[in-house]
Amino acid sequence: MTDELFQKMSQSILDGDSDAAIALAKQAIDSGIDPLEAISKGFVVGVNQVGESFACGQAFLPELVMAGEAMKAAVATLEPEMQKRGTSRQVYGKVVLATVEGDIHEIGKTLVGTMLSASGFQVYDLGVDVPTAKIIEKVKEVDADLVGLSALLTTTMVKQKEVIDELDKLGLRKKVKVMVGGAPVTKDWVQKIEADGYSEDAIGAVGLAKRLVGVV
Amino acid sequence: MSKKIKSITNPKLHLEILTPQEVKKIHDATLWIIEKVGVRFPSKRALEIWAANGAQVDAEKMVVRAKAELIEKALKTCPPVYQLAARDPQQDLPLDGNHVFVGTDGCGVEVLDIHSGKRRVSCLQDVRDISLIADATEEVGFHWVPVSAQDMPPETRGLHEIKAIWENSTKHVQTESIYNEQEARAAVEMAGLLVGGKDKLRHRPVLSLMQCSASPLGHDGGSLDAALVAGEYGIPTGFMSMAANLTTGPATLAGNLAVGNAEVIAGTALIQLAFPGAPVFYAAAQTASDLRTGAYTGGGPEDFLYGAATNVLSDFYDIPLSMGSFATGAKEPNWQAGIENSLSTFMACIVMSDMLLGVGFLHGSRIWSFAEMMMDCELFSIIHKTMQGIIVDDETLALDAIAAVGPGGNFLSQKHTLKHMRDLFLPQFMDRRPYNEWETKKDDARDWALAKALKTLETHQPDPLDEKIKLEMSKIISSLESK
Ligand code: B12
Repeated sequence: MTDELFQKMSQSILDGDSDAAIALAKQAIDSGIDPLEAISKGFVVGVNQVGESFACGQAFLPELVMAGEAMKAAVATLEPEMQKRGTSRQVYGKVVLATVEGDIHEIGKTLVGTMLSASGFQVYDLGVDVPTAKIIEKVKEVDADLVGLSALLTTTMVKQKEVIDELDKLGLRKKVKVMVGGAPVTKDWVQKIEADGYSEDAIGAVGLAKRLVGVV
Repeated sequence: MSKKIKSITNPKLHLEILTPQEVKKIHDATLWIIEKVGVRFPSKRALEIWAANGAQVDAEKMVVRAKAELIEKALKTCPPVYQLAARDPQQDLPLDGNHVFVGTDGCGVEVLDIHSGKRRVSCLQDVRDISLIADATEEVGFHWVPVSAQDMPPETRGLHEIKAIWENSTKHVQTESIYNEQEARAAVEMAGLLVGGKDKLRHRPVLSLMQCSASPLGHDGGSLDAALVAGEYGIPTGFMSMAANLTTGPATLAGNLAVGNAEVIAGTALIQLAFPGAPVFYAAAQTASDLRTGAYTGGGPEDFLYGAATNVLSDFYDIPLSMGSFATGAKEPNWQAGIENSLSTFMACIVMSDMLLGVGFLHGSRIWSFAEMMMDCELFSIIHKTMQGIIVDDETLALDAIAAVGPGGNFLSQKHTLKHMRDLFLPQFMDRRPYNEWETKKDDARDWALAKALKTLETHQPDPLDEKIKLEMSKIISSLESK
């Protein structure tokens, strides 16, 4: 019976069906299943499957994104029950993600966010055109491990440096790793602003993030 | 050096990519989107203009919903025909629906160094070099700021860039790298120096401003404010949609065209409401996102179809079009670059798009290559020739020559041949040599194209810009820097 439920949970992720995922999460709570188990034996199985078929070229980006959203919806539904039980889902790390001030390029940043959360990071996506102060504030608020900064314009990439300098000033630089990305970002730039790494795509961003928090 | 500019005109080839009914359906869908879904205008000035004209404005979300009648009325004041003026009036470009002009592509972030071939960050000297070569190249009708002058301060970079172009070329300058009000106002002052005052720009717009819309269904605040400055001074301006299937637009082509059209049309209507009769153009570089990575592909069959379909839309609204063609996703000038740039440019030409952007880029509008620039120019020449089609009349049927040669023999010594041989296309960069000659040298188009660019750079002397004007321009720029 429970196995069948787990199976359905995994399927809801494969189908990218958020409504079904929410309903199944509720059903799990009602039948007293441990939310952590619902996640690890049910939903995550689906996420991993989508991830695998994506990696070997069978699934496409929209399927991955929809699976990610269904997963998020399921976890959000289970959240209150986890709090009640005093447990929490293990995440690889907390990431504050934003496109920097003056820049409205969104797609790349959002894809990085989707891939990171599908891979087990807790992502706080602040959107586009985000002032440095707001990024710093969020870093402090959620006690972030990582900051991801997207900049696609040569005129806005300086803001990546601004955030790093600001973290430095506040003495947070050792604790918070910074990864950067976007069209004009190069290895040289990363070295110059002393960021901790960059990636040219979202899959690479996940590998980078894992390295930076020390999981691989 | 010749001041001639090559453009496609009086074409013989035609293509009906959308029927009038289909265009109407897209137009109706567009009006529905603008009225029911709305378009985001994150600029105080823009929202005030919309509100004053009776559109429904959601101030908090900065979304505007406007009735079909308002949009259609506003669009009526767009001038259908106007000119892009050049520093040298001989090089003015009529946007009259019967000319296709090509520009350099714009805003690149890296350059394959013309001497070393190494990839590096772009700088002001690159802007100078590229504009100088473009000045001497007849296929290039006008400039976009080709790459970013990353050695200049971000707040005035766009101004240093246009100054560098004017110093190295007499052709029209269109920039896509000025996207805030302050820089736009300074650019207007600078352009004014070339025509005897900024109030004269209306008649001699030596500068035009291209802005991007923010797909889906939005605009950028700074870009809107800059476009409004252009409208105020009668400088041509246009909004370019890059709505891409899958990410910033629906997966279907018609739906994506409707999204892009709604952005462009709403932006255009705004400029007309503020400044009726201001010269505006339609701009688009729609494409599909890659299914696996979401990357902006800038090539492929979808791109080619958009290239042709968009001009049908801009014709429907009776405004000139600036169409993104070229701009291959290839990493070096190769098979992919050849296919993508040929087909996208051919499709945009066969429907007579007024402006094509542009020559010179690799890696999806990011890396400038001088070889690619020259090969893209040759590609345009090939299409230019193809578009002339086949002329059938007594002279071209050549019956006298055919009778004189008779069965057998050849046409090499005919007067008719001598008269018409130059009608045939003579390539600069195609390899038509004997095999063994190639085998010993193993060079190809890329080497020859690069050599041509280098030679032009070393030898071409553009008409200099008046020293006093240069000085005044520098003053305008530094007044913004000292702040
Ligand atoms: C689509 C696009 C737009 C769209 C964006 C739509 C949207 N909702 O996001 C629109 C039309 C709005 C737009 C606007 C403008 N654009 Co634009 N745009 C592009 C384009 C063609 C593709 C960007 C994209 O979406 N790629 C697809 C995604 C999947 O890739 P990505 O963004 O690179 O992200 C990947 C990686 O970079 C990496 N990554 C990204 N962020 C991060 C962050 C971290 C932490 C990590 C680890 C990795 C990472 O992973 C991502 C996923 O694979 C690029 C050219 C290019 N090929 O990059 C120009 C480009 C970036 N734009 C450019 C310009 C100039 C502009 C405008 C200024 C034009 C104007 N005058 O209005 C405006 C900007 C206004 C503003 N204030 O921001 C220039 C910038 C060059 C420069 N010199 O600064 C470019 C390079 C094109 C060009 N040559 O003109 N643009």
